Amino acid sequence: MKTFWNKYRYLFFRRTTQIGLLFLYFGANAWGWTVLMGNLSTSVLFNVIPLSDPYAVLQMVAAGAVIATDLIIGSLIITMFYLVIGGRAFCSWVCPINLVTDAAALLRRKIGVDNFSKRQPATRNIRYWVLGLSLVISFAMGVTAFEFISPISMLHRGIIFGFGFGWAAVLIIFLFDLLVLKNGWCGHICPLGGFYSLVGKNSLVRVHHNEENCTECMKCKVVCPEQQVLYMIGKESIPVLWAECTNCARCIEVCDDDALSFSIRKLVNDKKKGE
Amino acid sequence: MKNKTESDRRKFILSMARGAGITALSGFIWSAYVDEVTASQLTLRPPGAIKEKDFLKTCIKCGLCVEACPYDTLLLAKPGDHKPLGTPYFIPRNIPCYMCPDIPCVPVCPTGALNEQSVTTNGKLDINIADMGLAIIDRETCIAYWGIQCDACYRACPILGKAITVEYSKNERTGKHAFLTPVVHADACTGCGLCEKACVTEKPAIFVLPREVAMGKAGSHYIKGWDKEDEKRLKDASEIKSTTEISKGTAIDSLNSGIGGLDK
Repeated sequence: MKTFWNKYRYLFFRRTTQIGLLFLYFGANAWGWTVLMGNLSTSVLFNVIPLSDPYAVLQMVAAGAVIATDLIIGSLIITMFYLVIGGRAFCSWVCPINLVTDAAALLRRKIGVDNFSKRQPATRNIRYWVLGLSLVISFAMGVTAFEFISPISMLHRGIIFGFGFGWAAVLIIFLFDLLVLKNGWCGHICPLGGFYSLVGKNSLVRVHHNEENCTECMKCKVVCPEQQVLYMIGKESIPVLWAECTNCARCIEVCDDDALSFSIRKLVNDKKKGE
Repeated sequence: MKNKTESDRRKFILSMARGAGITALSGFIWSAYVDEVTASQLTLRPPGAIKEKDFLKTCIKCGLCVEACPYDTLLLAKPGDHKPLGTPYFIPRNIPCYMCPDIPCVPVCPTGALNEQSVTTNGKLDINIADMGLAIIDRETCIAYWGIQCDACYRACPILGKAITVEYSKNERTGKHAFLTPVVHADACTGCGLCEKACVTEKPAIFVLPREVAMGKAGSHYIKGWDKEDEKRLKDASEIKSTTEISKGTAIDSLNSGIGGLDK
């Protein structure tokens, strides 16, 4: 039997990272800390290193803005990180909306909403349509289209600078995920998640499935926000290669049989070739 | 087998059509919303802000200018503020811009939406050339124009004597008093809003508006004859004659035809 720590260690790290980052941002605005200033759109780390949301920069390009050097460097740093290491790790380890949608998903399981709405009525590719649409609108209207409606921005800016009516947008996402569509926002609509899944298609950190240990209890599929990526459970010993995986590692923790673990994709591939 | 392919193709075409339809629909709603929020013209931006149209493209909504402002003047637009979401602005009536000489909000801008160059003279930051807006006086409610002595806005102005002057004129009603009335000069006013904050009336009689909103435009065809430089423009001017129904006849005809001729 696994210990409590083993069952929740990644969740603990994840929440620490998520909330910790917001706390640093909040401190920068409220008490003048200089560790991490700005917000998730653009920040300055230790007063020197620029970090920028590459998707926001992409919208600026589409809108026809002149892109400053700091912004290019900042978005390259972030892009490289998720390109090489993280995949969609932003979604589960950084994005504050993840706290909201995870809460909705948990409540959904607890009160059994899943039981009476089993089918997923919407395609998970909506996010790519929204992504394309946001760039078209950015181009046509000369503004950063998604940034004007993004509930992610409303939430993180809300926490750092004050909410206004932003809480309503967050509540809508929560209710939508709880009552309308399972993993509706993060798993279907959010274009930022779509963007990172395109960027991190070939990133190195992957969840690996070991079929020999699997007893097909399907606990991993119950907690997974992107169930389709776990299609190999109980069938094959391969890493999760679908770009939609958010690397949240909940599947690893809930597995009682050590059938799932993090792996470095390259090493796995090399090992396969060696055999 | 053939049937299956056909129905697959039909399904594919149908689902693509549906996707395109939903995308177009949501695209229109989205665009309408964006158009609505960006239409707000009365937003006062931080010093050095580039033109509003470019500002909306360029500002990444990071709030670094807001954090840099030592007076909490700058705010980030929240839902419900009726401003383009996440962009910085200020409300001078609550907290005006105190015109820091080192303009801390401008150099921190990572995108150039706040342009350092536009507030620099001779390689040095110069807040006095900032253009956040223009102060407008409502002479109907300004008590100085009533004849009551007040120079609150004049005293509050950081470039007093240039952006706001006080002009003297005789009070004909009493015969022995003077009007001391403030006048704003558009070329010097930065739109900081210290005057609006200082105004003593119940609702300020002097207030800052974005320059594009506050100012009219005379057009280039008016020439100040008393200004030598301006008068020079006449030399290169070319004649443009426009013909209307009335001007087709001679001027004398039109005079002789009486009022009736004007109806044409």
